[in-house]
Amino acid sequence: MDLRYGEAYDRLREEVRDFARRSWPPRGDEARLDEREQQIRFRRRAIEAGYLSRSVPAECGGGGRAVDVLAETVIRQELIAADVPWRSPSPQGTDMLVPTLLEEGTPEQCRRYIPPTLVGEMIWCQGYSEPGSGSDLGSLQSRAELDGDHWVLNGQKIWTSSAREADMMFGLFRTEAEPRSRGLSYLLIDMRTPGIEVRPLTMMTGGIDFCEVWFDDVRIPAESMVGRRGEGWKVSKATLKHERMLIGDASYLERAFEDLLRLARETRRDGRPAIEHADVRQRLAEIEGFVATQTWASHRMLSAIAADRDMTVINEMMMAKLSLTNTMERIAELSLDLLAEGGLTAPTTDEGGMRQGWRTPGKWVSNYMMSLGLSIAGGTSNIQRNLIGERILGLPRDLRP
Amino acid sequence: MDFALSEEQELLQQTLRGFIENECPPSVVRESFDAEAGPDPGLWKGLVELGIAGLLVPEERGGAGLGLLEAALAAEELGHGAVPAPFLGHALACVALVAGGSDAQKRRWLPALASGEAVASVALAEPSPEGSDAWDPAHWRCRIEDGRLRGRKAWVPQAAGADLLVVALAGGRLALAETGAGGVGIAPLDGVDRTRRLDAVDLDAAPAEPLEGDALPRVRDAGLVLLAADAFGAAYRLVRMSAEYAQSRQQFGQPIAQFQGLKHQLADMALDVDPTRSLWWYAAHAFDHLPAEAERAAALAKAHITDRAVQVARGAVRAHGGLGFTWECDVQIWFKRTLFDRAWLGTPEVHRERAAALGGW
Repeated sequence: MDLRYGEAYDRLREEVRDFARRSWPPRGDEARLDEREQQIRFRRRAIEAGYLSRSVPAECGGGGRAVDVLAETVIRQELIAADVPWRSPSPQGTDMLVPTLLEEGTPEQCRRYIPPTLVGEMIWCQGYSEPGSGSDLGSLQSRAELDGDHWVLNGQKIWTSSAREADMMFGLFRTEAEPRSRGLSYLLIDMRTPGIEVRPLTMMTGGIDFCEVWFDDVRIPAESMVGRRGEGWKVSKATLKHERMLIGDASYLERAFEDLLRLARETRRDGRPAIEHADVRQRLAEIEGFVATQTWASHRMLSAIAADRDMTVINEMMMAKLSLTNTMERIAELSLDLLAEGGLTAPTTDEGGMRQGWRTPGKWVSNYMMSLGLSIAGGTSNIQRNLIGERILGLPRDLRP
Repeated sequence: MDFALSEEQELLQQTLRGFIENECPPSVVRESFDAEAGPDPGLWKGLVELGIAGLLVPEERGGAGLGLLEAALAAEELGHGAVPAPFLGHALACVALVAGGSDAQKRRWLPALASGEAVASVALAEPSPEGSDAWDPAHWRCRIEDGRLRGRKAWVPQAAGADLLVVALAGGRLALAETGAGGVGIAPLDGVDRTRRLDAVDLDAAPAEPLEGDALPRVRDAGLVLLAADAFGAAYRLVRMSAEYAQSRQQFGQPIAQFQGLKHQLADMALDVDPTRSLWWYAAHAFDHLPAEAERAAALAKAHITDRAVQVARGAVRAHGGLGFTWECDVQIWFKRTLFDRAWLGTPEVHRERAAALGGW
């Protein structure tokens, strides 16, 4: 057991730190660009320098290096610490679509879609859920029918995050007569195609992130399919796997807990900082137990994956999403108690959601609500419990039609 | 970075697990649990032959010279098997001698403790009528005067059967007292966990000598980690026992595991336990290699894991229904093991407050 990264990684850490310092903050005209444009500028430089998209093949616009999860972790830590705009403006694109295309896409699809997605010029949305199909994706109804060299799409998707900004959608559509998941195919859809209508849904926070997307005789080229006809389920599984990894990262929880500590220090109760009260200290330390558990479980997962021993940490990997969202909910609950009458404040409705710093009461109230959204998105907590029960404890599967 | 066990560490754990499966199945645990007298010394002898007594003793003193991580891996297996053996007190006495013993004290005791020729335990807590924390050194009253030890200790694990006691004094220093040298009265307490019997120790002018160095912080931190690892092992076992039972018990014509109410309860229990393995691994590693982080890591691990383990144990009783509430069902044995782990050396509340203070809150 050794928690040191070692000399090569320590050197990499220095290089990334130096790179971040040299290439940011922007000067002149660049400094006036909006957030997404800044992300694109920074990401392009970081990809060229070999710090982002490292393991994506060079012909697809990546670094063409072998997968090295330790290097990726060191780089991410330094970019977070340097507060540079390294994040992808389209996490669905970089973290879900790109790995799927690399596994299942044609060389042409990879060359065409991956490079602009990596830098952030092409934004993606995910077209899975429908009004009648949430956790039960096998029951999807939206159809695609082949008409000459085009697929013709009809139906409705819902809970589609980023649909308003998206250039493209990856989604599941019923193309075959086969029942349930065997009738689905995975399609890439240009969101500017005539016949697509996007209707934003207002969240309980008052903000807008997810949308309804309607398809009315939408014609897309026949080569828009990833994988073969009727294999959409298999193709999408790769994507879902990556989504679960995406939200199982401990650094996110650690930052949320630091913000909670700051709130407890800055809030006063009975004339002194709330953090000096015994009950608050108890609850903070109890929550830290969950946060630290996730921190060290993620170190263990990282070590195992780096050593090609993924199977030894399969339990922790399957539990990561529910661990994270349960702990986020605990943080949210204590924050509301600390806010006291501040909890009467309406949520602040900016779309940054959970990603920006937590400062005002309105922001905390918004995050209190968003912690619930997190427990629903990407496989609800009850679906996670089914998975843990079935795959880890070997309990019988739910009754399936 | 390599936050994983070495091959040797994995082998140590597998060897112990295999031995316990063969020599200490639940039927043997139950026999000892229900027996009037303490545990069968034969079992401890077998564990000693595997090297468990000398894990923490340096090689030049006849031990294996390993760290707390290895001792905690052993504790996990003992908790997993609810093994009736005097490991906890013995291991902590070794920590005390290694951290605070004079050369003569080490020479006199460590080889005998490593070989299993002598068994040791630690007498820390004192009865606290005011309801204060029995493990808070500020309340301890034991004193040495003219080489004679006077005072009363409680909650001493397996003092009966021990040759040597490491006794905590007022002010927090430690002393050595031989149980056979006179002045040491040992009376069994009716403890909740019958796999680890507890005794009250009356010290009435017992011959004793203080340890040279200040070893109490190391003993406390090591104890917190060993309890966390033991609770992890016990809770992990309880989750699997419950899942197995849920698949064998039929109601309404199907295994009760098919019902989501129970399935989700079992999933939540697994979620409370499985990921915490890394938390006590880290605390043990910090004890061995990262002194600045060791104290707080041990406090957080003990508070979190023993608290979760007791909750999981309650869930295990519920999952077994009426059967789970009987003496006959094995669940109660592991349930009580977690209660010991939670209360001994101080409750989660005590250690959360310490973590808060150590964190500068």
